[in-house]
Amino acid sequence: MDLKLDHHTQDDTEIVVVEGEIDVYTAPRLRELLIDLVNKGNYHLVVNMEKVEFLDSTGLGVLVGGLKRVRAHDGTLDLVCTQERILKIFRITGLTKVFGIYESVQEAIDKRKSKQS
Amino acid sequence: MAIVQLTISALPAHVRTARLMATAVARRAGVSESTLDEIRLAVGEACSRAVEAHRTHCPEEPIRLELIDSSSPTGPGGSAGPDRVNGSGSDRFEVVVSDRAPAKENGSPLVNGFESGAPAYLGESVSAGGFTGLSPDVGLAVIMGLADEVSIEPSENGTVVRMSWPLSKVGAEDSDPRGLD
Repeated sequence: MDLKLDHHTQDDTEIVVVEGEIDVYTAPRLRELLIDLVNKGNYHLVVNMEKVEFLDSTGLGVLVGGLKRVRAHDGTLDLVCTQERILKIFRITGLTKVFGIYESVQEAIDKRKSKQS
Repeated sequence: MAIVQLTISALPAHVRTARLMATAVARRAGVSESTLDEIRLAVGEACSRAVEAHRTHCPEEPIRLELIDSSSPTGPGGSAGPDRVNGSGSDRFEVVVSDRAPAKENGSPLVNGFESGAPAYLGESVSAGGFTGLSPDVGLAVIMGLADEVSIEPSENGTVVRMSWPLSKVGAEDSDPRGLD
């Protein structure tokens, strides 16, 4: 399936909802969205990956790129993911230590706020 | 031994086609469901790397995939890879991705030196026009983490990535034989 992207604001966080496959073909669209959100002043992002069916290293690169952009503004980019087959590539690359990975959007928001308070 | 060959243009859209084809052939060969996800991701990584290399060096050249089910009792044929480890060539599902982009000779030690789980992204930086934000070698590191056996042969004429996994009946004798003839 192709990639579907949506986003909305929850509390003071921009939630990016990703559905489908993130690969070398579709990743540029996610990259453009993340860049656009940061350029518009959204520095706290949560990417909900619960409906992602496939993720490769190109997609990881886009997420890392987004993380670097928000960190340049003292922001955060956290992930929501409970799918083992998606989490596997984060473990293989060691990126579980780089991203905050949570089981729900609310948990991601709450954890970020607790760290900042 | 049964072989399916696929040739794709160096276009990102065709990487998905390659993934789907590899997964379908692997399923028919009897690869376990849990391993199918690994094959799908590893083939996607190998093809993505090849597509990116071709787009830089030779966009008109095609990329070739071979999907090999070596479960035949006749054993491995003459076309088996030269660097196969431990001689475990039979009863495996092998994927060979061959590109024609000249490989950097100094890339070889890095590839061979990768350890599964290594934080390969450390020290990376996003180039101004960079696309991934990760080192291109991360894709190879992922392949090495996923495949049961891996051989990466870079040369001036291109890179050949060989990946293989055991078929279900080897690792799990009581597995469901669906998909086998």
